Amino acid sequence: MSDISTVQEPEVTVPPRISEWKRFRRIFFQRKLVTFGLVVLVILVLVAIFAPLIAPSNPYKNEMSQSLQDPSWNHLLGTDNLGRDTLSRLIYGARTALYVGFGTVLVSAVIGMILGLLAGYLGGVVNGIIMRVMDALMGFPMLVLALLLAAVLGGGLQNVVIALAIATLPGYVRLMCAETMSVKENEYILAQRAIGAKGFRTMMKHVLPNAFQPSLVLITTMLGNVILAEAGLSFIGIGIQPPGVAWGSMAADGYRSLASHPLLSFSPSIAIMIVVFAFNMVGDGLRDALDPKLRGTL
Amino acid sequence: MTSYIIRRVLWGVLVLFLVSVIVFFSVRLLPGDPVLMFVAQQSSGSGMTEEHLEKLRIEHGLDKPVVVQFGNWIKGIVTGDLGKSIRYRTDVASLLTDFLPVTLILGLISVVISTVLGVFLGLMAAIRRSTWVDTVVTIISYIGLVIPVFMLGFILIYVFGLKLGWLPIAGYKLPWVDFGASVKYSIMPVACLAVTPLAVTARQMRSSVLEVNNMDYVRTAWSKGLRERLVVTRHILKNSLVPVITLLGISIGIIFGGSVIVESMFAIPGMGRLLVQSVFNLDYVVIQGGTLIIAAMIILVNLIVDISYGWFDPRIRYE
Repeated sequence: MSDISTVQEPEVTVPPRISEWKRFRRIFFQRKLVTFGLVVLVILVLVAIFAPLIAPSNPYKNEMSQSLQDPSWNHLLGTDNLGRDTLSRLIYGARTALYVGFGTVLVSAVIGMILGLLAGYLGGVVNGIIMRVMDALMGFPMLVLALLLAAVLGGGLQNVVIALAIATLPGYVRLMCAETMSVKENEYILAQRAIGAKGFRTMMKHVLPNAFQPSLVLITTMLGNVILAEAGLSFIGIGIQPPGVAWGSMAADGYRSLASHPLLSFSPSIAIMIVVFAFNMVGDGLRDALDPKLRGTL
Repeated sequence: MTSYIIRRVLWGVLVLFLVSVIVFFSVRLLPGDPVLMFVAQQSSGSGMTEEHLEKLRIEHGLDKPVVVQFGNWIKGIVTGDLGKSIRYRTDVASLLTDFLPVTLILGLISVVISTVLGVFLGLMAAIRRSTWVDTVVTIISYIGLVIPVFMLGFILIYVFGLKLGWLPIAGYKLPWVDFGASVKYSIMPVACLAVTPLAVTARQMRSSVLEVNNMDYVRTAWSKGLRERLVVTRHILKNSLVPVITLLGISIGIIFGGSVIVESMFAIPGMGRLLVQSVFNLDYVVIQGGTLIIAAMIILVNLIVDISYGWFDPRIRYE
């Protein structure tokens, strides 16, 4: 048995004080893939905004004499069966992808977080009703529910956004509800009650700011998932309708000439992959930076 | 345990009822008159009079108030009568018994492959953490998460269908009709359906094993001198499988969703393709019945998962 007094005290090193933002930035940019993802997204946003300036030709103009051209200096990625420039269509497709992605996430995250906050904070009957409806929505595969809703609402950009927003709603509600319930148990919430703060004020000023971080990570990953789902819907012809340009429908159009012109279906598919990957990476970076506990395990 | 099962089953029935409410009322909002749509598609439609249309509406119960229609529909679900397809002019129930088996067979193969392979890959990645095995599995699971289902289809069709000519690129044969052909028809669709659930399972398995690895009982197992094989199979594998079971429900959801795309792509006569075509035909009775059946199956799988979860981990029963 060693003498207790000889046991060395572990050296206590006081970490240098750094601001929360600096710490966040350091962890976020630690992984090269996260930085890569962020760079891809910034480029994507710029491409979408300045599409008319960047695109080498009009993405809607049919030119039958130019149909199914191989890549050349005039058409860097060739042309489709109607003679439209593939690169220009890819560039305009970025607009659709981002519009659907951000539009959907905006709608579903805002509504979902409010519902989750209410369900978690109020509990009881409100919780019961909201969560049972969410359980029912989760009974449908995302694409099947989106298919059902897109069929009901008809195709088109806006309806795809609504359909996907409803299909992705339960994720936010569940996450927010669970977070709210755990934050609610904290002593500072009890303290709020004790000093007689109104329920609504407590919910908005104290529960919400402490419960929404995980949703931020979900939002980023959802952006990727939504873009994938939109591509799927457009692929089967139910999403974006012509003349709108969507990567999914470009891939489907290209399928007909897969044997002779594989680039037509592969180029939009690769674009989708890169963008979804970028969103996933940024989501991972956010998760690591916001919650160091989860590093490298997920 | 019994009361836990009863509670779960009742909950499942309630959710299923809510699902049927959602399906019924959303389909009711479909634009256009389904009967008119159908008539417009028939070449003989020009000879249709208003009386014929009225007769068709009465035949499909479309003349009654919505509440009555809803009541009839719920009654139909309970008695197994899902209505009559406007387009195919047959019972939806019998239509589904034609189309469902194809999707179920492909789906089942995909679930088994993705789960077994996903568990294996995730386990290997975790116990060989930070080696090339881990890197390869991580790359595979990232690809699986971000690849559009149709893109994998393009690659496979291009290589094995068009260039090498080894596999048929369209159609399907049931295994009890022609087993050899069925296997050939299944390979590419199953690969497309399984890739995403495989990635999800491998990721979850990896993180679950990493967590179990830190447990005291694993350290004890190592320190009492057990061989690696025993530690991994007896101690790590068993305990890290529990969270993976929950993924079964999610995997099946992804596979049903994917079947919509995959079956359209490979021209497979299954539920997914039937649903897509019914959307184009505005055949709302089929959409209604089809989505209900899919949701019911997913709820059933989740119910089984929940119950088995309670069996594996008794703490959950008392929540």
